[in-house]
Amino acid sequence: MEIVVCIKQVPGTTNVEIDPTTGVMKRDGIEAKLNPYDLFAIELALFLKEKYGGQVHVMTMGPLQAKKAVLEALYMGADSGSVISDRRFAGSDVIATSYTLSQGIEKIKYDLVICGKQTTDGDTAQVGPETAEFLGISHATNIVSIDEVKNNYITFKMKLDNTIQIQRTKLPCLITVDKDINTPRLPSYIRKRNICYESINSYCLDDFEDNDEDNYGLKGSATQVERIFPPEKNKDKKIFEGTSGTLTKELYNLLKSNKIV
Amino acid sequence: MAYLKINKNSIDKSAAEELISICPFSAISYENENLCISQACKMCKLCVNKGPAGAIELVETQQAVLDKNMWKGIAVYVEHTYSKIHPITYELLGKARELASVTNQPVYALFIGSGIYQNAEMLLKYGADKVYVYEDEGLKDFIIEPYTNMFEDFINKVKPSVVLVGATNIGRSLAPRMAARFRTGLTADCTSLQMKENTDLVQIRPAFGGNIMAQIITPQKRPQFCTVRYKIFSALKFNENSSGEIVNMPVEHKKLLCDTEIIEIIKKAKEIDISEAEIIVAVGRGIKSRKDLCMLNELSELLGGQIACTRPLVEAGWLDPHKQIGLSGRTVKAKLVLAVGISGSVQFAAGMRNSDCILAINSDKNAPIFDIAHYGFVGNLYEIIPMLIENIKEANYAI
Repeated sequence: MEIVVCIKQVPGTTNVEIDPTTGVMKRDGIEAKLNPYDLFAIELALFLKEKYGGQVHVMTMGPLQAKKAVLEALYMGADSGSVISDRRFAGSDVIATSYTLSQGIEKIKYDLVICGKQTTDGDTAQVGPETAEFLGISHATNIVSIDEVKNNYITFKMKLDNTIQIQRTKLPCLITVDKDINTPRLPSYIRKRNICYESINSYCLDDFEDNDEDNYGLKGSATQVERIFPPEKNKDKKIFEGTSGTLTKELYNLLKSNKIV
Repeated sequence: MAYLKINKNSIDKSAAEELISICPFSAISYENENLCISQACKMCKLCVNKGPAGAIELVETQQAVLDKNMWKGIAVYVEHTYSKIHPITYELLGKARELASVTNQPVYALFIGSGIYQNAEMLLKYGADKVYVYEDEGLKDFIIEPYTNMFEDFINKVKPSVVLVGATNIGRSLAPRMAARFRTGLTADCTSLQMKENTDLVQIRPAFGGNIMAQIITPQKRPQFCTVRYKIFSALKFNENSSGEIVNMPVEHKKLLCDTEIIEIIKKAKEIDISEAEIIVAVGRGIKSRKDLCMLNELSELLGGQIACTRPLVEAGWLDPHKQIGLSGRTVKAKLVLAVGISGSVQFAAGMRNSDCILAINSDKNAPIFDIAHYGFVGNLYEIIPMLIENIKEANYAI
């Protein structure tokens, strides 16, 4: 099986704040890391490779330092990786990102694409399904487990809201996985030492089938962020301090006046 | 808008070397006979003005302007399980009515499935002007391709300006596929929506794990897609007298064909859903040991409510994941939430801040929970809770 896993390098922490006076976003200067959801996607890919043979190729879209994320996947056991990077991708929203990824994926032969459900920075959970649409393949989200891959069909369990569906779909297709469907293996020190840097390549827009820049980056995006602001704090509030006895009394009276007790 | 265009045919090795030496930001590279400009480019245009003639061009673009009048109406995708309509649909219809009143546009419901026609009328009573029904045996189970094709047919024929989809497992699979099919914008997990008079929808959602709020628009594409979680908006009151139209849409059988088959459907055990609770006692890391949960359970029962918790308690194995409130848990919009020993992270707050009355007990007066609580009690929960339980029991015996 030829498997592609889409991964992303995300900020090391989501601890950001908007300065209320300047409106500027302050970010903790902590290093970037591999999106945690993607670890489960990589683990699933490696598990399938061990069971059915084949190769695992990871793909990421980002600035060239996203190569670090690809390396981490290689240390876990992936065979090769690509970094999709180009100045013209700057300002990409979900649709532009998904289209860009699909152009990258189409450059290689694949049977299955696996994505993490969402990232910890954008957290939209949309890129997987949108990429599948651009690739013209079926997709399924909330995969719980893979039952079987046979005769070019994949059978899996997927979670819907009130039911679990066992579904069989023809390959190629795309699946997204949530956290905790497996236990991702740790990077291997031996693999790290023996890493072959030629197994990582990079693509820019000119490598793609579609060279029309209007379909990428800011121009290829459908949504725009008008502004960002801090979450609202409740203005209408009352704080009680004092002995436990006083506090309990106030609390009880409040519950009573709200007809809870 | 302007951008730099590389004319591949004008660039050979020596032209590339010249360009690389001109760029002050080291943004140009030449590999495998391909010239690339990286994200480090600052658009200083030295390469255009001083580089080999015709190698790199500055192109101004004129974007085609969309005729927004061609797209009318607020459509709501009807979320259902084998024809039983999920309440989130009514919440979205309520919001759709509110948005539609700004631009005087109709509200539509899109109902796809099998054996659903008899339930279509309910949608009219909760705010829809028109219900579009795609009814077929082949649509009984949710399979992505047939559902996407029916949805596409609806959008092509009806051309709604806005489409609201519940952020359920189905919605979060279907909505992005639709947005990609129409190359349009989709904003996920919107917590607030406002309609502008020019029919642009202002979409507000949390980002960076809830630490900031982003305000987003889809200015030049239609339809404008949004997903919204359960319990964010409110349904209108059921109006017996509401009338409207139910339109049976033709289903092309070839659009139902796909290479996907459902082997089996396993019904999930019905779990108590904290999203439905009116009164919630939420517990956090202020609770020092698992056995202390007993006292909170007792309080919750006395108040006629349900227990819920923050993420660390689920990770510690004290409570089930379906009891978790927060960005990665459930959203609740309860009549009363009593947050006990919870610091009030943004992720937790995002899951309950719309509740009617929020009470918080925490020993740290600087805890962020006090920024969102309506009433805050700075004290020791291990003293307050037992006393509160006593008070309630005494009052109950006195009756």
